[in-house]
Amino acid sequence: MIRIQARTEPSSLMKVASPLLAIVLTLIFGAILFSAIGKSPVQALQVLLIAPLADSYNIGEMFVKMGPLLLCAVGLSLCYRANMWNIGAEGQLLAGALGGSAMALYFIDSESTFALPITLLAGIASGMIWAAVPTFLKLRYNSNLILTTIMFNYIALYLLIWSVHGPLRDPDGYGFPESALFSDITLLPTLFEGSRIHLGILFAVLSGIIGWFILSKTHLGFQIRVFGADEPAARYAGFSGKKLSWFVMLFAGALAGLAGVSETTGPIGQLTPNISPGYGYSAIIVAYLGRLHPIGAIIAAAFMAVLYMGGELAQIEMGIPVAVISMFQGVLLFFLLACDFFINNRLSLTNQATN
Amino acid sequence: MDADLIVQILFAAIKTGTPLLFIALGEVICEKSGVLNLGQEGMMLMGAVVGFLAAYGSGNMGFGILAAMAMGSIMSLIFAVLVLHIGANQVATGLALTIFGTGLSAFIGADFVGQTIQGFQPIAIPLLSDIPYVGRILFSHDILVYFSFFMTALLVYVVNKTRIGLTLKAVGENPHAANAIGIKVLRVRYLSVMFGGAMAGTAGAYMSLVYTPMWVEGMTAGRGWIALALVVFASWRVGRIMLGAYLFGLASIMHLVLQGLGWSISPNLLAMLPYVATVLVMVIIGADHFKEKLLAPRSLGKPFNPRNMA
Repeated sequence: MIRIQARTEPSSLMKVASPLLAIVLTLIFGAILFSAIGKSPVQALQVLLIAPLADSYNIGEMFVKMGPLLLCAVGLSLCYRANMWNIGAEGQLLAGALGGSAMALYFIDSESTFALPITLLAGIASGMIWAAVPTFLKLRYNSNLILTTIMFNYIALYLLIWSVHGPLRDPDGYGFPESALFSDITLLPTLFEGSRIHLGILFAVLSGIIGWFILSKTHLGFQIRVFGADEPAARYAGFSGKKLSWFVMLFAGALAGLAGVSETTGPIGQLTPNISPGYGYSAIIVAYLGRLHPIGAIIAAAFMAVLYMGGELAQIEMGIPVAVISMFQGVLLFFLLACDFFINNRLSLTNQATN
Repeated sequence: MDADLIVQILFAAIKTGTPLLFIALGEVICEKSGVLNLGQEGMMLMGAVVGFLAAYGSGNMGFGILAAMAMGSIMSLIFAVLVLHIGANQVATGLALTIFGTGLSAFIGADFVGQTIQGFQPIAIPLLSDIPYVGRILFSHDILVYFSFFMTALLVYVVNKTRIGLTLKAVGENPHAANAIGIKVLRVRYLSVMFGGAMAGTAGAYMSLVYTPMWVEGMTAGRGWIALALVVFASWRVGRIMLGAYLFGLASIMHLVLQGLGWSISPNLLAMLPYVATVLVMVIIGADHFKEKLLAPRSLGKPFNPRNMA
């Protein structure tokens, strides 16, 4: 008979295999679901996973989506390792978009070469501020970080909506809730002719490498890892929990802010109410799928970007509601959490019946 | 402001607070058993869409409510299996449930967005509704509001005065001791989580069958999260949850109050109020660290594995 046995040591093979297994199980779930609603599962999976990589335009769009996912996920990976449950990447992204856009609009008639760097810095700073407030409230007043960061997501969203209806609305925009189009001087340069791939994807990959370097090669990263693995031990070693908390939260806020400002100054080119299709929330899944490792996050973000792109194509080509993507994300995380059980446990076959 | 307007505002505060009351009642039972389910928003959305479709399809509102309750429980069961049996992290699993429910509800309801139904009609309770002011504030609501009054009273009684309540608290405070005296810890937790799911489903159905009444993607707008804060605000005491829910309801309809006072502030800024209020509540409660530690169920969020018992 089959029994569940605790492993004496966590399986390093399962740590890597678990996300892959979860993806396969999610795809099987998807195939069953598509059959159930009368769509061809083969065609649906082809549109979801293969079509996004089938031509150069789609690949470009895939990279456009990968940028913000990765930036947010790298920050979240460090937060979660330090036991800081930051669910606020979405709000920090929106804050970055808002702050950056305000700066871009300030530079709308400018010729300065500093306009773009200052705009990006404004976005980064806004994201950091949006992460700093909940961090301060947690460290000073012991308020629940999960709930405050989520509340800050909603507050950022309404602040953004208010801005595009009010102070940042394009005066010549016929009353549409959008800002004016930014001047070329504050737009991120595209990397290839005829594609929307912009500098943001380089920022994102760079952030993954920087995150990896911090986590693996610095004393700070060592402290974060010890803190996450064994908090009492970290305190006994004299590591400052407050300092680490501030660092990971501000780092995550800066990256999410950069993601936001890179969206508005990149593919969108203006501030609109719907600049993010939930990148900040999806980044939570990306971070987990990448095993809270910045390099893992790069691979996971690429996969998630394919899924996003595939979801759009599935809506256009097969009439499948685009919401199928966030459903898959939830299922993926369920399967991942379930598969992770086998990192610390294994199935074993025994001959004798247990008593 | 005249008395009539105040009556209207308090009436609306109760109506707006009712979905929060339902979810928070479910979550407080769940948390009292030691389980933190962050999937409220997802379960609520699933309740909203399934309740709407069931009522729309059958023309029967009661069937809609039952379907929403069943759906909420089924959703919470996914969470319960992962957390209680597989020992998955409660925070991550709850988040997954919310993301899954948000997506699945939008997927199911895509073809029904904007369809309207005839929602529940208000029922004035004879005699009670004739009491000046109070009657109009409390006793001229729809049947689900009365159901929420009933559930609050029932839970206050069950938690504080019965053996079931004692068992629940024992499991949440010290699962090992509870296990030692023969209480089936996991069974209690399964039932508590599923009760929470049914209540979240009811809250969702209240949104789509009474409050709007229609289905819109993401229509719960963070109420599932606010309800989690509400449980902390109420210090895990069932009776206080009702008061908290109506206060949050009041914060959500502040624009009516301010219009009454003759102020004009952008509705988009006022829409932030319930979220800002939630943050303030978290700060005020968290600052009293000692008290929070004392009042929260001691095993909250910690897994219990009967196999590991020595």
